[in-house]
Amino acid sequence: MSTQASRAAARLMISPSVILLFLWMAVPLGMTLWFSFQRYNLLMPGQTGFVGFQNYEYFLTDPAFFTALWNTLFLVGGVLLITIIGGMLLALLLDQAIFGQGIVRVLVIAPFFVMPTVSALVWKNFFFNPVNGIFAYIAHFFGFPAYDFLAQAPLLSITLIVAWQWLPFATLILLTALQSLDSEQLEAAEMDGASIWSRFIYIMVPHLSRAATVVILIQTIFLLSTFAEILVTTNGGPGIASTTLTYLVYVQSLLQFDVGGGAAGGIVAVILANIVAIFLMRMIGKNLET
Amino acid sequence: MARKTSNRRKLVMTILAWSVGFVIFFPILWTIILSFKTEGDAIKTPLQVLTSHWTFESYTLVQERSNYFRHFMNSVVISFGSVILALIIGIPSAWAMAFVPGKRTKDVLMWMLSTKMMPAVGVLVPIYLMFRDWGLLDTRTGLIIVLCLMNLPIVIWMLYTYFKEIPSEILEAARMDGAGLRSEILYVLTPMAIPGIASTLLLNVILSWNEAFWTLNLTAAKAAPLTAFIAAYSSPEGLFYAKLSAASTLAIAPILILGWFSQKQLVRGLTFGAVK
Amino acid sequence: MGQIELKGVTKRFGDVEVIPPLDLHIGEGEFVVFVGPSGCGKSTLLRLIAGLEDVSGGHIEIDGQDATDLPPAKRSLAMVFQSYALYPHMSVRKNIAFPLKMAKADQATIDAKIENAARILNLTDYLHRRPGQLSGGQRQRVAIGRAIVREPAAFLFDEPLSNLDAALRVNMRLEISELHQKLKTTMVYVTHDQVEAMTMADKIVVLHAGVIEQVGSPLELYRSPRNKFVAGFIGSPKMNFVEGPEAAKHNAHTIGIRPEHINVSATEGAWKGTVGVSEHLGSDTFLHVDTEFGLINVRGDGEIDLHSGDSVWLSPDLSQLHKFDAAGLAI
Ligand SMILES: Nc1ncnc2c1ncn2[C@@H]1O[C@H](COP(=O)(O)OP(=O)(O)O)[C@@H](O)[C@H]1O
Ligand SMILES: [Mg+2]
Repeated sequence: MSTQASRAAARLMISPSVILLFLWMAVPLGMTLWFSFQRYNLLMPGQTGFVGFQNYEYFLTDPAFFTALWNTLFLVGGVLLITIIGGMLLALLLDQAIFGQGIVRVLVIAPFFVMPTVSALVWKNFFFNPVNGIFAYIAHFFGFPAYDFLAQAPLLSITLIVAWQWLPFATLILLTALQSLDSEQLEAAEMDGASIWSRFIYIMVPHLSRAATVVILIQTIFLLSTFAEILVTTNGGPGIASTTLTYLVYVQSLLQFDVGGGAAGGIVAVILANIVAIFLMRMIGKNLET
Repeated sequence: MARKTSNRRKLVMTILAWSVGFVIFFPILWTIILSFKTEGDAIKTPLQVLTSHWTFESYTLVQERSNYFRHFMNSVVISFGSVILALIIGIPSAWAMAFVPGKRTKDVLMWMLSTKMMPAVGVLVPIYLMFRDWGLLDTRTGLIIVLCLMNLPIVIWMLYTYFKEIPSEILEAARMDGAGLRSEILYVLTPMAIPGIASTLLLNVILSWNEAFWTLNLTAAKAAPLTAFIAAYSSPEGLFYAKLSAASTLAIAPILILGWFSQKQLVRGLTFGAVK
Repeated sequence: MGQIELKGVTKRFGDVEVIPPLDLHIGEGEFVVFVGPSGCGKSTLLRLIAGLEDVSGGHIEIDGQDATDLPPAKRSLAMVFQSYALYPHMSVRKNIAFPLKMAKADQATIDAKIENAARILNLTDYLHRRPGQLSGGQRQRVAIGRAIVREPAAFLFDEPLSNLDAALRVNMRLEISELHQKLKTTMVYVTHDQVEAMTMADKIVVLHAGVIEQVGSPLELYRSPRNKFVAGFIGSPKMNFVEGPEAAKHNAHTIGIRPEHINVSATEGAWKGTVGVSEHLGSDTFLHVDTEFGLINVRGDGEIDLHSGDSVWLSPDLSQLHKFDAAGLAI
């Protein structure tokens, strides 16, 4: 179904999206790149000019950068760990014959649809709050002193909040993959004398590993830009204890008005995200062929 | 082959699954419960909270004090506006890629996806400055544009995977029947793809509704959608648990309901068809 | 109305030449069948005529006018697809009305033509239904209905019966033939099934790897195939081929004899053999006989009381013998 006329029409129809997306990506990115080599602070409008790699130098040698990088890795790694393991277990559980499966599914999926600002505030106030939070009541009930989660373990607390939001996603995808597993394969293995455990290891895990990879890659992309949860819970603090790369760039550019420095940070974030993206694109690209 | 499971096992699994489901859902449930309490009751111990009396007063207060409805409308306009705009741009593109695939179609698709991978902070400053100069800061239009572009790759991808399932012979039949390109897309493809288009709309409305990077950074008061409205509760004065709960419940309820309808599409949409 | 002329038409997909330069004349009112094995380029050729694919070279003329660069809609051709390609979201009535709507016909004309088509095709009671609520045969008829309301210069059919079960196929075959007699419009029909070709065609075009092997009436092709390929493709069961000394006796590289042109005898004949599999249909008997020249298929009228393991003598009817040279061409 391709004649010259239809191919010409196709090009015409693709061009709006291609042009828009190109502009959306190239123009701001180009500007960011340009700013990153400039001295450009909105508070000091007079002092502008080319400074070479100075912004990068400052950004990359700033101790805050390393803290932020570590925090980012901790957040992303922590959430991935919790959601993959938790999601796998939940998927196995939901795949069992149970009463009211549909309702349980609905309950488990719900957190994914909660907007980040709501979930962050709900956890911050109703659970983590050292005075009125439910965890504080539980601690008191067992005779322990209340623990101030967001002050004493800010990053871990944020990781928990974000993991709660993404657990449904991992569960849902792993469950879908699990249900697409041909049951005849499992039955054949059972006939061959494989135990439950070896069926899990040799058949289910390889089958789920593809879905798990997709979960990891997609979550990573989204998790790298976690923002609202930090903004409304800790503002990156105490100090910079819960500042991630994204948040650091935000602080530098929009709170300290250091456009040049923020831009350099932005470029660094783009480069890091691209490393992940390349793997993700390979996965999806491979899938396109089949 | 459904195998007979022992009832005992099924019962144990049921209790286990329901408990886990309850724990995961509990934060939402608790928020809903608190929203029906007075501020004074809302900060009592959990047991006291449950036994205290129920009231709608927080809902009225939220609307009176903060004009909840305006932010709700902002959310509706911004999320639906951005997705509908993305559909208008995306349907012809997806048509082209699904039915007139060329050598580079795959590359174009992958490239579109790659724009989605660009972290927003990378372009925050230029977008912020451009919006400031063009007077788009704190406007619905500005957010519609940004969220449309944010979602366009997902919209095109989802449409593409749905369109691929429509046999191209039907479109060719329309062509033989004398339909021009416009009629072909408008009267044959679009009605046939309604379920796919609806899922695409649904999932992307959910994503836009909950988007909390651009909405927080590009709006102040006027165009602030619910994400930004709720964020304002992060530095509260006085007692606010019940009001926060009421506002939160109102903010998440519509999307929670939409979301439950779109479970299946969610997997397919967010994994770009890699898991179906 | 309804003449189609292909002049040096070529089609390449990338570097692969699917149709080498090809000339063909389709006369007004003819029922022309393209037949050939799967993948030989029948659909491609039909789609070139329809305008769904561009030619890579050559010209297509419809009714004396160059249609090479016309879009499908402007060629006044109608096509019936293998999958029927009905619009699933429209009722039968709307499906049939669609081409008329596209041609901006007025409502009265549309209604009249739909009634007429529905009557011809026995669809009157189903007009309000969706395609999903119809049987395969009914869907097929809707697809045909959609084609006839346009009153095209020619109909193009791409394996329209291959999705139907065997009994229905025979019925629809008849219906399409009757339709042709009624409308007298040119029809170009693609199939891989030589029985369909033989029963329906005025003119058969045998294709092989994009090349026209022979054009002729069904009986011409049956009686005087131009080469071994056509000889083997037309007729069922397939023609038997024998090479070597036995062929040399007839001054040929290969001789061919159809299963129905071999006499069987338990006592005497030209070739001796042993019955392998025997199929007894009552009306016919098919014998697979092992001979010194290999397996020979025989078809006899009525019941022949021979079974696996029996010795038989075979005598080809020499007046029906086909002879081929080393290149496979008929002598
Ligand atoms: N769009 C296409 N791109 C590349 N090759 C094609 C395309 N369509 C058909 N072909 C090739 O052309 C040949 C003829 O195909 P087709 O006309 O569909 O055969 P038929 O209908 O006789 O079975 C086949 O080898 C097929 O693989
Ligand atoms: Mg074909």
